[in-house]
Order: sequence, then C-alpha cells, then structure tokens
Amino acid sequence: MAANPMTQFEVYRIGPEIKVGAFDISFTNASLFMVISSLAILIVFNLGSKKNSILPNKIQLLAELSYSFVSKMISDTAGSKAKPYFSFIFSLFMFVLFCNMFGMIPYTFTVTSHIIVTFILAAFIFIGVTVIGFIKHGFGYLKLFVPSGVPIVLLPLIVVIEIISYLSRPISLSVRLFANMMAGHTMMKVFGGFVVSLGIVGGWLPLSFSVALTGLEILVAFLQAYVFAILTCIYLNDALNLHH
Amino acid sequence: MFKKIFLYSLITNFFFTKKIFAAESGGMPQLDPEFWISQIFWLVLTFGVLYIVLSKLILPKISTNLELRKSQIQENIEAAEKQRESSEAKLKEFDGIILKSKIEAKNIFKDAREKVIKNINSKKEILDKQIDDEIKKAEMEIDTLRQSAPEKINKIAVVTSTEILKKLIGAEVNNSSISAIVDDLVKKNGDKYYGH
Repeated sequence: MAANPMTQFEVYRIGPEIKVGAFDISFTNASLFMVISSLAILIVFNLGSKKNSILPNKIQLLAELSYSFVSKMISDTAGSKAKPYFSFIFSLFMFVLFCNMFGMIPYTFTVTSHIIVTFILAAFIFIGVTVIGFIKHGFGYLKLFVPSGVPIVLLPLIVVIEIISYLSRPISLSVRLFANMMAGHTMMKVFGGFVVSLGIVGGWLPLSFSVALTGLEILVAFLQAYVFAILTCIYLNDALNLHH
Repeated sequence: MFKKIFLYSLITNFFFTKKIFAAESGGMPQLDPEFWISQIFWLVLTFGVLYIVLSKLILPKISTNLELRKSQIQENIEAAEKQRESSEAKLKEFDGIILKSKIEAKNIFKDAREKVIKNINSKKEILDKQIDDEIKKAEMEIDTLRQSAPEKINKIAVVTSTEILKKLIGAEVNNSSISAIVDDLVKKNGDKYYGH
C-alpha cells in the first residue's frame, strides 16, 4: 500500500458527511490543509504586524520582507496601476506557497497537487483579469488579440493564435502548478519506496536521491508559487496597460 | 560469501518491488470528482477568509508600519544632517573665535611691549638726565673745590708756618712776610703741588 505513489493524493472525509442540497461539502484532509495553511499565514502575518519597532524582530522582518517582495514583484511586472490588486496577489502567493510548503512535510496533504484547486484559482484569475480588461478598455480590450506591426496577410492566423493562447491561460496556469507538485511528490514517493524495497544493502542510493529531491522540491514549491503569482501579475498587466 | 548475500538480497528485493508495484491500482485521485465540490467550497471559504483578513486587517498594518519606519528613518537622517551642519557651523565659529583671540592676544602683546619699551626709554632718558645733572653738579663742585683749594692751602700753610715758627723761635713773625714767601713758593712749585 505504502509503495503506491498515488495514495498520497487521495482525498478522504474527516468527520461527518455534510451535504448542501445535492452537493457534498464534507470536511476532508484537503480542507484541513487549506485551513491550516490559511491559519498559518494569518498567524505569521498577524504576529509580524502586531507592533512596529524600528529594529524589527524576526517574524516582523519576515512579514515585511514578504510584503516588499510581493510589492516589488507587482510593481515590476504590472506597474503602479496594479496597486489595488496587491492584497489579492499577496494572498494568492502566500496561499500557494504555504500549501506547497506544508505539502513538503511528511504525511501531509498537498492542496495544490489537485487540479481542481489550481484550476479554480486560475479560472478565477482568468475571469477576473478579463472583466478588469473590459471594464478598463471596453471593447478596445479586444485589441489585445491584434498585435501591431503584423502583415495583413498573417493577421487572421495571428489573431486565432492569440485567442487560443489567451483562452488556454487558465489551463496552462493551473496545470503547471498541479503537474509540478504532483510529479515532484510522486517521484519522492517512488524513491522512498525504493529505499524500503532495496533494504539496507541497496537502499542508500535512492535514499541519497530522496534527500537531494527534497531540496529540489522545496525549491520547486517556492518557485511554482512565485511563477503562479508572477503570471497573474503579467495577465493583470495585459488587462491594465493595453499595449500590444 | 558477502558477494553472494548481496546479489541474493538484490534479486529478492527487485522481486518484492515488482510484486508491490503490481498491486497498485492505476489512475489519479485528482481526476476523481467525488470531492471536487467539497474542495471548491473549502478553497473559496479559506481563501476568501484569508483574502479578507489580509487585505482589511493585516496588510494595511504592515504597510503603515513600513511607511512609519521609512519616515522615521528619514526624519532621523534629516535631524542628523541638521545637527551635523549646526556642529560644523559651530566649529567654524569656534575656529573664528580662536583666530580672533589669537590676533587680539598678539595685539595686546605688541601694545604691552611697545608701552614697556616706551616706558623704559622715557625712564632711561630721565635717569640719564638726572645722572648727567648729578655728574655736572659733582664736576662743578669739584671744580670750585679745586679752584678754592690753593688759596685755602696757602692760608693753612701761612697759619701753620706762623705757628711752627712761633713755637720754634718763640717770637711773633709777620704774617704778611710768611704769606709772601708761601706765594713765592706756590708760584715756583705750584705745578708740583696741585697737578696743574
């Protein structure tokens, strides 16, 4: 059982079954880790913003560095117009980062390794960005699909490609995160299984590989959260500053 | 022996691995829609709460904290700059005062020296004059004494001669004749006696 690398992604109910109409909204292990991640974020940042000292303590420094990191990321990619969306992108980045990082602890559940979670996030971003684009530019937002400086002959083809690439944004955004998390965790589980099955004689090689993979996966966990947030910023930039 | 055990364990291990992997059921739990609605619900709930609390309560606080720190640091830097400037000005002032007082001290010294020299000179002149006067007076006195000396000596000589003669001879000798002799002697040997 332990050797099946996919069992770690199984969702199971914790507590009673809760049904609202025809929908099952039971509390599951996935829900548990969403709650844990959110609570952890809130606790860390609440502690980090509680008192303002000129020389910040460690947790305050952490909170303020994260704040300025995300703030810089947004202003670098989406400009000053993206300021109202700072809170959302900050929450998004922290949520994905904490879910990824909690998934790195053994015997935990990785929320972001489920396509439905990442897809809902990506779809929300996609719809939100599109709505913002149409509100800011009206139908002029459709100019996004017509790049300037393209020969007339190629224009129909380019427009079709642009529309497809625009529509595939939520899919690429969600699949990137989900696939990275799933692949990494599966690989670690497979190598962990090898350690057990090869025993004390041959298990050292996959064990050392597992250790190296853990480091890599922590990097990937951070990187994917960063990529998720920065792609959101780039999409937002398209919607806010329409220059194509 | 060791080699044999190693190979044996390796083979059996692979056998076990194969057996374990053969038992796995295919498919990804992610594609099982049983808990999709639940996951969406809890995602929206937790993320929504996270977003609201962060954006309404925590992030503004961090923002004001950062801003406050920035302005405070800026203020401190400005205050330090001001203080530095004022201290520089004070240093300059101090240098000026020192320079001024040095010049003043020099002037005072010079004045005092001049005064002292003047004083010394005037006193010296007065003293010189006094000394000259004294010398002149003394010279004059000496001169008068010198001039009057031969007459007195002559008189003394006349008187003593008469007295001596009286004692020796026991008779009165005419004063005028003795003085005539003395005058004669003085005329003859006066240079020898008075150094004229």
